[in-house]
Amino acid sequence: MRDGVFQARTSRRGLLSSSALVLLLGAGSASARIISDGLPWSPGTATPPVPVRPGPWLFFTAEEAALVEAAVDRLIPPDDRGPGARDAGCAVFIDRQLAGPYGRSAGLYMQPPFMPGAATQGYQMPDTPATRYRGGLKALADHVKAAFAGKSFAELSAPDQDKVLAGLESGSIALPGVGGAQFFALLLENTREGFFADPIYGGNRDMVGWKLIGFPGARYDYRDWVERHNEPYPLPPVSIMGRPEWEER
Amino acid sequence: MPRKLPRKDVVIIGLGWTGSILGYELAKAGLDVVAIERGPWRDTATDFPPASAQDELRYAVRLDLFLRPDQETLTFRNNASQTALPIRNFVSFLPGNGVGGAGVHWNGQTWRFLPTDFRLRSHLEERYGKDALPSDMTIQDWPLSYDDLEPYYDRFEKLCGTSGKAGNIRGIKQLGGNPFEGWRSSEYPTPPLKQGYGATLFAEAARKTGHNPFPQPASNLSEAYVNPLGIKLGQCTYCGFCERFGCGNYSKASPQTCVLPALLRFPNFTAQTESEVTKINLDSAGKRATGVTYVDTSGQEWEQPANIVLVCAFALFNVRLMLLSGIGKPYDAQAGQGVVGRNYAYQTTSSVGLILKDKVLNPFIATGSHGMMIDDYNGDNFDHSGLGFVGGGYMGFGQTNARPIQTRPVPAGTPKWGAQWKKATAETYQRACSLATHGSSYSYKDCYLDLDPTYTDRLGRPLMRMTFDFHENELKMSAFLTDRLAEIARTMDPVELVALPRKGPYTLTAYQTTHNTGGTVMGADPGTSVVNRYCQSWDVHNVFVPGGASVFPQNHGYNPTDTVGALAYWTADAIRDRYLRNPGPLV
Repeated sequence: MRDGVFQARTSRRGLLSSSALVLLLGAGSASARIISDGLPWSPGTATPPVPVRPGPWLFFTAEEAALVEAAVDRLIPPDDRGPGARDAGCAVFIDRQLAGPYGRSAGLYMQPPFMPGAATQGYQMPDTPATRYRGGLKALADHVKAAFAGKSFAELSAPDQDKVLAGLESGSIALPGVGGAQFFALLLENTREGFFADPIYGGNRDMVGWKLIGFPGARYDYRDWVERHNEPYPLPPVSIMGRPEWEER
Repeated sequence: MPRKLPRKDVVIIGLGWTGSILGYELAKAGLDVVAIERGPWRDTATDFPPASAQDELRYAVRLDLFLRPDQETLTFRNNASQTALPIRNFVSFLPGNGVGGAGVHWNGQTWRFLPTDFRLRSHLEERYGKDALPSDMTIQDWPLSYDDLEPYYDRFEKLCGTSGKAGNIRGIKQLGGNPFEGWRSSEYPTPPLKQGYGATLFAEAARKTGHNPFPQPASNLSEAYVNPLGIKLGQCTYCGFCERFGCGNYSKASPQTCVLPALLRFPNFTAQTESEVTKINLDSAGKRATGVTYVDTSGQEWEQPANIVLVCAFALFNVRLMLLSGIGKPYDAQAGQGVVGRNYAYQTTSSVGLILKDKVLNPFIATGSHGMMIDDYNGDNFDHSGLGFVGGGYMGFGQTNARPIQTRPVPAGTPKWGAQWKKATAETYQRACSLATHGSSYSYKDCYLDLDPTYTDRLGRPLMRMTFDFHENELKMSAFLTDRLAEIARTMDPVELVALPRKGPYTLTAYQTTHNTGGTVMGADPGTSVVNRYCQSWDVHNVFVPGGASVFPQNHGYNPTDTVGALAYWTADAIRDRYLRNPGPLV
């Protein structure tokens, strides 16, 4: 078996460059990677997340965005503790998520047959989040129009908006073809994600979600504070992209 | 048609903990080794640097490091009367993907099984009588003893640099450690981690109520450490981004931080990524493996001939590959015959949520495996007479993080949204914590894995079907453990306490644990096991399943990784010292 070792070594040295990363047998496309002769590494190859860009909606129409902004601001309302979900950017967050891989259920098992199952078997519908939002927002807008004399959700008073949201949550507003309670649960889940995710994704603007609860964010070293029991951690939160004031300098 | 590659001495399927350990040991012995991994190459500096690793949405919620179900998933049903449906999105358990496997995203909780766990059926029948066990419970003794495995536990812990305090060194009890643990040949490689406020409060309460708290054994290191392979790990910084994340700080033991830098120096070792093994090939008699077939990302099939095939994927996928390759007789639950897919087991976890008065816990200062635990109610550490169940688990304070998308406790009865929710969220975050139990999951006749009749993967191969539910024994055990934990927690003077024992049915919709075990279990009898005591296939002697949790005959009240790592070393020694000299059945 020793012979095999030396043979392999010679042939590799002969065929491959000194770079540790080589395409399999030069097949022409990146169809596999062979890694040998030390750890592969080259500068600038890390994969940091790409911060979302401010600007026009990527997924929502203007009408949809108005509804979502109004709704998320009731789910997490502004108060004397800080901004609500609208000013935190949660609608922007959801828009960018729906325009990306999450919105199209990328990576999930989407092969048929789709069959209803027991609750223990998990989500079994073919609809992606993007499809569910498109249908859910239309059905919700139609419901509000019919129930409130042609008004849009954003035009309702805060108590009326809350009534509609509570009706969705409880299932008393059904949203035919969409499922009111299911759509509400999705909207609430995504709103919370936006409020507490790193600001690079468009929500949690100025880290308002983290400030609300006292989470210091993307910090990486608490060694000097582990044993400072019962003392509030003193430093403000920080994002993956730092803090706004760092850029103003 | 597959294109044929030059023969190797050893082909390893999957480059996680077991694949990298076996790769190192066998390359060091001079063998020509290739490891084939279906996921991407991953390393600290390029894939989870501290500049961007602390991203809850990307890693913990969108599950960036995990297996994508469109590459492989399973179907699931609670019992044979249901139609199994595909797991379209992993939630209850999260299989890893890529180089490092589950060793990248684990928490570092590094526990040994108890000596009595290794002879579970014999022990329980001796102590409680043959009738004490439910008739459909299929637990069995391991084909090796704790004493056999102790040196290998020691080796794996030294590889990781595990932090902790021994409770029993060569039979002599050690103050401050776990008094129930099996004997250790040496102290932990590094001292215990520092403890935060919550863990300290729990430890006081446990002591006050007559229990024996000790620091959880952790492979997130309390101090810098150079392992026996010459690789240096850094001190853990308690950042609270551990499970579901790669460690950007070289503090969490993983194949990346403990093995790969040394392994990749061997000229006779090659890793090949983004290549999925689809089958282990057998000779015409079906008695000997000739190598493996794999497919690259372009869809091209390749045949890799090899003298020895090591099945080192995640537990569930080891089982599926054995079924798809026709190695060993598939389990038939109706007939109670066959072995591959038999004795699938899980873990029975539960929690006690607490809100404390006027406390500042800083719950985000955490690691995946710090905390204070008690082992008084694990395995057979307590008398089960009259309790109506067997088994147990460790319990205590081991909160691994307070990342706010997923950890944001509020008092019971708080609305899910609106002004009241916001106020409660802000006021509760700093003074709430969660205690947990980590209980055993014994095996049963009707909990098993087989191939699904309907659903296939992207290559058209049948998905594996999981049939599993919690049994009364485990639910009673969880109720008992959760009650004990709640009793201790009440002495911490909480404003609110919510005890959540595990209830049936088992559901895919909430994360529980990724401790999926069994399906290619090891044993002394080929009628009830897939591999022998050296993790060698009974049917095809040059195929080994070296220590993935798929070889566990049942699951005990501890995390699996320490035992998985120990069995990898145990198997490596058996192959190097015995199999190479005389290739054939070792038993």
